[in-house]
Amino acid sequence: MNFEFLFDNFAQLTITGLAFGAIYALIALGYTMVYGVLQLINFAHSEVFMYGTFATLWTVMALTSGDVGGVKLISVLIAALLASMAVSAVIALILERVAYRPLIKKNAPRLVALISAIGASFVLAELMGLRDRVTAWVGLDDNFDEYVSGARINRSMPPIVDNVPITVFGWDVSIGGYTLKSVDVIVIVSAILMMVALDQFVRRSRLGRGIRATAQDPETAALMGVNPTRTVQLTFLLGGLAAGAAAFLYMLKIETTRYDVGFLLGVKAFTAAVLGGIGNLRGALVGGLVLGVAENWGAALFGTEWRHVVAFVVLVIVLLFRPTGILGESLGKARA
Amino acid sequence: MFRSTKSWRVVAAGAASVLVLSACGSTDDGGDDDGGDGGSAGGSGACDQVLAFFGPETGPAAGLGAPIINGAQLAVDEYNADAECDVELKKFDSQGSPDQAPSLATEAAGDETIVGIVGPAFSGESAAAGPIFAEAGLPTISPSATNPTLADNGWDTFHRALGNDATQGPAAAKYISETIGGKAVFVLDDASEYGAGLAGIVEEDLGDAVVETDTIQVGDTDFSATVTKVTASKADTVFFGGYYAEAALIVSQLRDGGFEGTFVVADGVKDPGFLEAGEAAEGSVITCPCIPADDPAVAEFAAAYEAEFGEAPGTYAAEAYDATNIFLDGIGEGIDNREDMLAFINEYDEQGVTKQLKFDETGEPADVHVYAYTVTGGEIVPEGEIS
Repeated sequence: MNFEFLFDNFAQLTITGLAFGAIYALIALGYTMVYGVLQLINFAHSEVFMYGTFATLWTVMALTSGDVGGVKLISVLIAALLASMAVSAVIALILERVAYRPLIKKNAPRLVALISAIGASFVLAELMGLRDRVTAWVGLDDNFDEYVSGARINRSMPPIVDNVPITVFGWDVSIGGYTLKSVDVIVIVSAILMMVALDQFVRRSRLGRGIRATAQDPETAALMGVNPTRTVQLTFLLGGLAAGAAAFLYMLKIETTRYDVGFLLGVKAFTAAVLGGIGNLRGALVGGLVLGVAENWGAALFGTEWRHVVAFVVLVIVLLFRPTGILGESLGKARA
Repeated sequence: MFRSTKSWRVVAAGAASVLVLSACGSTDDGGDDDGGDGGSAGGSGACDQVLAFFGPETGPAAGLGAPIINGAQLAVDEYNADAECDVELKKFDSQGSPDQAPSLATEAAGDETIVGIVGPAFSGESAAAGPIFAEAGLPTISPSATNPTLADNGWDTFHRALGNDATQGPAAAKYISETIGGKAVFVLDDASEYGAGLAGIVEEDLGDAVVETDTIQVGDTDFSATVTKVTASKADTVFFGGYYAEAALIVSQLRDGGFEGTFVVADGVKDPGFLEAGEAAEGSVITCPCIPADDPAVAEFAAAYEAEFGEAPGTYAAEAYDATNIFLDGIGEGIDNREDMLAFINEYDEQGVTKQLKFDETGEPADVHVYAYTVTGGEIVPEGEIS
């Protein structure tokens, strides 16, 4: 176990771990909210995220040609973020309408909804993986060739954002000997801001109260005038928006995507949601950040090939001692 | 349906006998009745023969499969232009994965019209499918699988049309220490049969120059821990044994992390997909046992390839062309079954476009070369042979 390496590079490992953990946390929000309201594990949420990454990629590809700087860069980034959130939200809503609502209306057992989720996940992923054939079938493959080619391999975004060390008035901003990099800081700060915004929305707004009420007791909530269908739609919408934001940040950091990028990230994000307390929004944040950091530390201690093993071992150990996850409480029991 | 157990027993017995008899009926007699053997009168080759490509037609490493398919197709098309009987080229898409390989190999082995396999393209799938081909007696010539241990399994059917990592590894190590002048080398691999094998050989050959090693997983996208290790080890060179999808991400994240040394990779990365890393990939060094497209020995082949496919030959296209031509020469002499084809290949000794093609008892070629390439100006440019 390489303790010396871990301690020498503690700051760098922790900060880069937090950056990736923030992405896990944003994706985990979708899992945790849907579980809190419907007791359903939305396996297809990873594909909601994946479509967001492609929306970011294609927006940037469409809007940039050559160098971008200054105002244009900000506009392109904002456009990409909005596109990503919009596409993810739409996919999430379609998913809810097609894959889950018919089952929920029929009071089908949760297992059936779970299988539907897995099926939807494959359908969505493969649709993206076969996009060149789909566009050829509708005859538009020439127009969109650049976007749909290489359907099953890594696609990279034009490098518009440089990951540079942050300097304020010529001084490197550093923590513990590691100079902070711009993209990592942007990712962590944006993720935390979005999660705080979502958390406040769920706690304070009327719609948010509706979500919490439905999570606590759907029948009484319906009797109290909360529209159950709208609530479920809103839950999926919020999860989709969060996943879209996560997708944008992921593309800023990794700059590459593929049709099956959602799979491993989805499993990790779901793990993060469980780790933090499934059904608990703040738990998703905590779980994501803890998982990201633990993975990096584990990779430093044992070797990078043990990274995924460490993530799941951490989950098991936490659940052994605290079965409800780190923060434990669920969405329904959140204080007003 | 039936009331009595006796009727059910009759039905069961009947069904069982039907199944048994149908299994007996479909066993092949092994070989065609028409044509027979030695039909080389008037230069006509054996008829209804099929060759098969085995490798990634789709999937994350598909870029490496396409030139091989094209090279094989070119050879088959050239043969069919003059021959009385056409040879067919089938494709088995394993996606380069050792998981899919065994079932596809069983399918290929079961198809008696296939007399030869150009492939398997990757070392992992070669290891998985090798025993199946060996048992079926189906000769294979791989144009690209470089793991040395493949030849040690005692498979009669295994052959390779290129130098393996036992020559590529030391050549890469030599290039790093002599030409690049790397003194502190970080060796990275992707835990695959090919990548880990090659990185292991390079590590051994570099000896004390290796400061640190690490392993990543295929399919990973975030390598921040690895980048931290590289910068902490103060390495001036990084060698990565693996494929181009991960290599592009790794070099990009390494440059972001402040690594300014040389990034050295091998034939699994020699693909335009690596250039997706853009500026980060500039200056990277790639070793490959594959002959450069502008080498005068392959000039005629390169021109024909460009005429048919509209682009310069990719990695291992020329080797695939050579491998396919060995099979086609056999078919041209009238060989129509696997046993004779295997014997023909083992006796083969001709000049191909890439090298003198002659195999030793384990299936390795006698004449091997390793070449170096660099990424310059967004293109992969040959630098010459590593001697």
